[in-house]
Amino acid sequence: MLRVDVEKQLGEFSLSASFSSEGRVIGLFGASGAGKSSLVNMIAGLLRPDRGTIAIDGEIVDDTAAGIHVPTYRRRIGYVFQDARLFPHLSVAQNLDYGRRMNGLAPDPAQHKRIIDLLDIGALRDRRPGKLSGGERQRVALGRALLSKPRLLLLDEPLGALDEGRKLEILPYLVRLRDEANVPMVYVSHDVAELRQLATQIVMLKQGRVTSFGGVKVLT
Amino acid sequence: MFDISPAEWTAILLSLRVAVIATLVATPFGIALAWLLARRDFWGKSVLDALVHLPLVLPPVVTGYLLLLSFGRKGLIGSFLADHLGIVFAFRWTGAALACGVMAFPLLVRPMRLSIEAIDRRLEQAAETLGAAPWKVFFTVTLPLALPGVLAGMVLGFAKAIGEFGATITFVSNIPGETQTISSAIYSLIQTPDGDAAAGRLVIVSIVLAIGALIAAEWFAHRATQRLHGN
Repeated sequence: MLRVDVEKQLGEFSLSASFSSEGRVIGLFGASGAGKSSLVNMIAGLLRPDRGTIAIDGEIVDDTAAGIHVPTYRRRIGYVFQDARLFPHLSVAQNLDYGRRMNGLAPDPAQHKRIIDLLDIGALRDRRPGKLSGGERQRVALGRALLSKPRLLLLDEPLGALDEGRKLEILPYLVRLRDEANVPMVYVSHDVAELRQLATQIVMLKQGRVTSFGGVKVLT
Repeated sequence: MFDISPAEWTAILLSLRVAVIATLVATPFGIALAWLLARRDFWGKSVLDALVHLPLVLPPVVTGYLLLLSFGRKGLIGSFLADHLGIVFAFRWTGAALACGVMAFPLLVRPMRLSIEAIDRRLEQAAETLGAAPWKVFFTVTLPLALPGVLAGMVLGFAKAIGEFGATITFVSNIPGETQTISSAIYSLIQTPDGDAAAGRLVIVSIVLAIGALIAAEWFAHRATQRLHGN
């Protein structure tokens, strides 16, 4: 599903990571500054590796030796950021529809309804992002990413900006997503409890290196 | 006092036409340049930036004279355009529009540039992850978010264009019905005996247009903040 073998120098910090996974939810675990976000940004194509390869679903999207770098917009990924990043000038409905329009996909009412029900965001359709709570914003961001029909969903600390109460509000949606949405995910977090609940496999990062890889039990 | 004569109407309407055309033609160039200055680093950027601002600091008569030299019938660009495309600027209202457009350009670009600089680039990244190619990102995210700034720039440019005097009169002279705008009409009237009343009316028209433009620009700036906060 996902194969990563990359090196990247970012100022003083050097990142060198290699793993390959068929897991449904790959948990990328590590303290802040361990290189998690840089790694995810490389998978998304927002950051270019200095050396190495990345393959998503068998397709090579980065191969520095062969000079391959597929731009982000052609990677067919979904990305949920910590700060949601909803488009402030568009309504919730337009935000949700954005990926489908940009990819030129035909409307898929069945999928649309399924995801909106799954995330419970039907009632928010006509609102502006500025009028949503943090938790609502994050659910809309999840819906927006899923509705672009990605082959891989990247989530970079999607609960990081929420307080404890809100986290507990969103977690069940993420669990449902894992079990019902059928999209493989890379889930970045520094929270052991979160990853125990969600991840099926763990990649542990420490100061830019993969220190362990395996089932959830590596989170001791 | 407020009986605006046909001759004055001619000057007012000509000014409006000149300023509208100048603003509309300058806008796409303004947006492109604002984006370039806000987003790109390239060799000669500061030179380009200075060049754009030059009409703001040069004596208008110098700008007008330079336009006459380059876009006049014997000018390098002017003769080329006249021979190949049939576009003549010298002593025509189109020349007035060109002069006003050049003079208004720095004022038009500035709010556009500031509003593009204010956009959170992470929103553009988000658009890209959703499958939008760079040009689509520009038209669906960057430009709509910058729209209030674009409109504010257009309003300020328009206000400058409608009042432009020095460069216009130098480049295309002061021909009633062809190149005599409000400003050059006022200039002629105050040199004519008994012209005071007519000049006064045109002065009031100018003041109303200028204040209206400033209010509109302020309103667009206010909209810009609201838009960026998603309310």
